[in-house]
Amino acid sequence: MKNSGTKIAVLSGKGGTGKTLVSVNLASVAEKSIYIDCDVEEPNGHLFFKPKVVCEEDVIVKIPSVNESLCSGCRKCVEFCKYNALAFIKNKPFVFEEICHSCGGCALLCPEKAISEKEKSIGKVQKGISLNVTVNTGILNMGEASGIPIIKKLLNESISKEGLPIFIDCPPGSACIVMESIKDTDYCILVAEPTLFGVHNLNMVYELVRLFDKSYGVVLNKCLDGENPAEKFCKENNIPIIGRIMFDNKLGFLNSDAKIAVRESEKFKQLFSSLLETVMKEVQHETVVNS
Amino acid sequence: MKIAIPVDEKSLKSSVCSSFGRAPYFLFYNTVTKKDYFLDNRAVVSQGGAGIRASQVIADHGVKALLTPQCGENAGKVLSKAEVLVYKSIPGTAQQNIDEFEADRLILLNEFHSGFHSHEK
Repeated sequence: MKNSGTKIAVLSGKGGTGKTLVSVNLASVAEKSIYIDCDVEEPNGHLFFKPKVVCEEDVIVKIPSVNESLCSGCRKCVEFCKYNALAFIKNKPFVFEEICHSCGGCALLCPEKAISEKEKSIGKVQKGISLNVTVNTGILNMGEASGIPIIKKLLNESISKEGLPIFIDCPPGSACIVMESIKDTDYCILVAEPTLFGVHNLNMVYELVRLFDKSYGVVLNKCLDGENPAEKFCKENNIPIIGRIMFDNKLGFLNSDAKIAVRESEKFKQLFSSLLETVMKEVQHETVVNS
Repeated sequence: MKIAIPVDEKSLKSSVCSSFGRAPYFLFYNTVTKKDYFLDNRAVVSQGGAGIRASQVIADHGVKALLTPQCGENAGKVLSKAEVLVYKSIPGTAQQNIDEFEADRLILLNEFHSGFHSHEK
């Protein structure tokens, strides 16, 4: 099969549009797959999968540690830090650990070698099994500046040896944490709500995937009868619509009970199977075009 | 004694800026010499940690008291290490706040908010 190892990211401009719904159900409806929860600030895919955890590992970053007796007070580190994680008060350097983005610049720059790096855990990655799905979850500790090291670790370690499809549940928005999540993907699914606000959010991720030169398609979620501003936006911009999920109380109830719709209902199994088929066709098409 | 106030404009008639770390300007005022000067706040464009950077400037200018409507936790830590007292400003102009301070009618700020950090979202 040509689908081997395909990486599919699911993203949206804001939370609550249905990223987790789409990625969890696509992963579940595939014969065998890998699901990665990159929404490390509030991972919720595991609530649906309830995976049996097989391993867990801390994610370590390096942060500066200052030897005050070596410090000459030149302030090069303070001036350099883009995030203002260092201050120099009463002739002593002072580190704000939670603000540090672990770039290592201060330690490199310090002419007195007064700054060394120490290790700090910012969260963990968890691997578990839920029937046909391997569930990888990233969890960022509260108050930490950036989840990017966790996402890097998640994506590096989730390369499928068996060539299974990988579904990446992205963080909401279009900032660097999302960029990191979609960087190496083969295809991006943009989930959109049928409102003007939904259009605004869709536009954010639409701009992002174009900037990254990714293949993409839109899933219109919570569709109602009548006008759908997100659909209109797609048509105006020639954005492919690869699926529609109607607003459905039953789906809402299943979701709020943390049930996976395709594992509970034949109707939803069919819906997501056909969506998966469409996505895989799109990916194959892109692979052919680009090869 | 030198005091500082975050202000919206470079004038003693300016209103006090509602933000400390991201105020456009700081007013410095010497209560002994009655002299004042203004400084552009470079922390305005910071990606993060604006309060820390602004506090560094306040400390570097030898300020003993900061008059501000609010102040974040991290800025509070820097100011406290630098032994800068933080007073709660009143609605009104910078001049009115200087007058209130000199008349000993301002109270110390006792709440330091946890920040409005621009999320990477």
